[in-house]
Amino acid sequence: MSFRDLLEQTFWFFSSNKVRSGLTMLGIIVGIGSVIAMISVGQGAQQSVQDRIQAIGSNLIIVMPGATRGGGGFFFSSGRGSAQTLTSADANAISSQVSGAANVAPELDTRKQVSAKGENTNTQIIGTIPAYTDVHNVSIDTGSFITDGENTSSGKVAVLGPSARDDLFGSGAAAVGQSIRIGTVQFKVIGVTQAKGGSGFNNPDDAIYIPLSSMQHFIMGGSYVSSIGVSASSQDNMDSVQQQINDLLLQRHKISNPALADFNIINQNDIVNTATSVTKTLTELLASIAGISLLVGGIGIMNMMLTTVTERTREIGLRKSVGAKKSDISLQFLSESVMLTFMGGAIGIVVGEFVSAIIANVIGQPTAFSLISVVSVFAVSALIGIVFGYYPARRAANLSPIVALRYE
Amino acid sequence: MIECTEITKKYISGDTETVALAGVSFRIDAGEFVAIIGPSGSGKSTLMHIIGALDTPTSGRFLLEGQDVSHFDDDQLAELRNRKIGFVFQAFNLLPRANVIRNVCLPLLYGKVPPGRREELAREALIKTGLDEDSFFKRSNQLSGGQQQRVAIARALVTDPSLILADEPTGNLDSKTEKIVMQTFQQLHNEGRTIVLITHEAEIAEYAQRVITIRDGLIVEDRLNGHAARTGELSKGGIVPAAGEAEVSA
Ligand SMILES: Nc1ncnc2c1ncn2[C@@H]1O[C@H](COP(=O)(O)OP(=O)(O)OP(=O)(O)O)[C@@H](O)[C@H]1O
Ligand SMILES: [Mg+2]
Repeated sequence: MSFRDLLEQTFWFFSSNKVRSGLTMLGIIVGIGSVIAMISVGQGAQQSVQDRIQAIGSNLIIVMPGATRGGGGFFFSSGRGSAQTLTSADANAISSQVSGAANVAPELDTRKQVSAKGENTNTQIIGTIPAYTDVHNVSIDTGSFITDGENTSSGKVAVLGPSARDDLFGSGAAAVGQSIRIGTVQFKVIGVTQAKGGSGFNNPDDAIYIPLSSMQHFIMGGSYVSSIGVSASSQDNMDSVQQQINDLLLQRHKISNPALADFNIINQNDIVNTATSVTKTLTELLASIAGISLLVGGIGIMNMMLTTVTERTREIGLRKSVGAKKSDISLQFLSESVMLTFMGGAIGIVVGEFVSAIIANVIGQPTAFSLISVVSVFAVSALIGIVFGYYPARRAANLSPIVALRYE
Repeated sequence: MIECTEITKKYISGDTETVALAGVSFRIDAGEFVAIIGPSGSGKSTLMHIIGALDTPTSGRFLLEGQDVSHFDDDQLAELRNRKIGFVFQAFNLLPRANVIRNVCLPLLYGKVPPGRREELAREALIKTGLDEDSFFKRSNQLSGGQQQRVAIARALVTDPSLILADEPTGNLDSKTEKIVMQTFQQLHNEGRTIVLITHEAEIAEYAQRVITIRDGLIVEDRLNGHAARTGELSKGGIVPAAGEAEVSA
C-alpha cells in the first residue's frame, strides 16, 4: 500500500467515524493545548522577570548594608535598608578606587506620602545622584534629571516616574514646573522619566527621584545610604569589580573576617539566575501538570484503537484475505493513531496559544511564544500516537485472517 | 491449476486434537467449475482456506499453478492471495460505511494497480456481475443482500484472479437472488474462469460442472455433473468415514 493510499484510507476512516475520532482527538487537543498554554505562561513569566531585572540596569552590582543571611538574595533580604553601615563616602571611594566601575550611584530610599494639588499617593522616594541614570538605565522623557549642582546645594527638586506623575497630576499631564509635597517638604518637579514597564513593588515607574543630599537633609537625616549601585564597564569584569568592592569596603569598615562583613554585594547575574531558576521550576511544574492530561489523552487514543481493532476484526480479516500484509495492517492502524495525535497536536497548539493569549490578557503578564516548545510538543504528540497506537496496531496485524473472518 | 496431495489439517486446542482434513487428494484444472459439498463440520471451509492460501496444511502438498505454497509465510501468502485468488464469503464481508466502488477497489490497494485505474477496473467488474450503475456510489449497507453479494463477487473479480473461491455464497440469500448469483458464477465460468464453490446444498452444487463430496475430512465422491463418479480419487478416501472429526485425546 502506498503512502498516498495510507493517508487516503486514514482520512476516509476519520470522515466516516467523525464523532468518535473527534472525541478521541479532543483528549489530545486538551492535553497539548494545556501544555502549550502552561509553557507559554511560564516562559512569559520568565521573560518578564528577566526583562524587569535587565531594566534595573546593565552589568549592575548592588551593595547593600547588613550581613548576608543564608543567601536569601536580593528580593528576600529582610535587612534591606534597616542597617546603616553604608555611606556616601563609601560610594565615592568605590567610584575613585575600583577599576572597571563605570558608574557608581548611591541611593537612599523610603516610602512617603506625596501630594500635589490635592492628589495623594504613597510612593517610593529615591534620593540619588546624576550617575543613577547610567547605572539603572533611566531615560528622561521631559525636563531633566537631577544635576550635580542640585546635589551639592540640596536643591528641592524632584523627577517623577511616569506612574507617580499619573497618580499626582493625571495621566500624561504636564508636570514639569509644578510643585509636589513629600512629607512636609515642598519640591519642584524638573523632569519626568520614560516608562520602563513593570508593576507591583519596586516598580521603577512608580518612583520619585530627588537629590541624595536633599533626601539626607530634609527627609531621612544622616549620611548613610540604603544601597550603592555600581555598573561594571563590561559583563566580563563584573566578578573583578565585585571582588574589589568587597576588599575595599572590608578595609574601609575595618573588618578582617570577611564572614562578618556588614554589607552585602549581589550582582545582576545572580539575581537573573535565581529568578530564572525559580520561574523555570514553575514552568516545569505547570507543564508537567498539563503533561498528565496529555498522558490521559494518549491513553484515550489507545483505548479507542483497541476498541476499533476488536470492532473491525472482520474488516482486518477481509483486508488480509484480499492481500493485505502484516505491515499494511499495522501501518493502517498506526497511521490512524498518529494522524489523530498529529491533528490533535496541531489544533492543540493553536488552542494553547489562544488560551495563553487570553491568560496574558487577564493576568496582564506577557506570554512567550517559543518555536522550540511548539516543535517539540508537536513531536511529542506524534510520538504519543506511535507509542499508544503501536500495541493495538500489532494486535491487528497479528490476527489470523481465518480467525478474523469468523469473528462475530 | 490446483493440485492437492494427501492434505491433512489438524486443530489442537488444549489437549484435544480435531482432524478437520484427514488426507485429501484431488486436482482442479484451469477453467473448471467445481462444487465442494458436504455436511456441516465435514471440513469444507478448512479445505477452502488451504486452497485459498489463507492457511497452510498440517501435512501434504498443495500446488497452486504448479507452485508449492505449503511453506509460504504470512506475507508471501498475502501476496499470492492478492494476485491469484478472489474470495466470495457467505457473510459478504463488505465495509459497511464504504460505498460500492470503494469496496470493490479494496484488493487493488494491496496490489500494483495505479490509483487512476482503480475505479475503471471496479466498474468493469461490477458491470460483469450485473449490478445497476445507480448503486455504484451507495454505501454497501444500503444495498439488498443480493446486491451486496454481487458487489462481493465484483471485489473478487477486480484483480482478475485465476481462481475464484466462494464459501456458501448463497447461504444468506433467498432462492430468487440465489439463482441470480449462481447465474453470475456460471457466466464467469463461461468466460473461462476457474471457480471453486463450497455449499451444503445439492441444488447449488448442480450449477457446477463437477461435484466433490466430502465427509468427515475425506473425499467420498468426485463426479462430473450428470455423469458417473470419477472413481480415481475415491479409492483413497473410501466411502466410510475413517478418522473424520473423531476427537483423539493426546
Ligand atoms: N480454528 C479451529 N480450531 C479448532 N477446530 C476447528 C477450527 N476450524 C475448524 N475446526 C473444526 O474442523 C472441522 C471442520 O470445520 P469446517 O469449518 O471446515 O467445516 P465446514 O464443512 O465448513 O462446516 P460448515 O458447513 O458448518 O461451515 C470441524 O469439526 C470444526 O470444529
Ligand atoms: Mg464452512
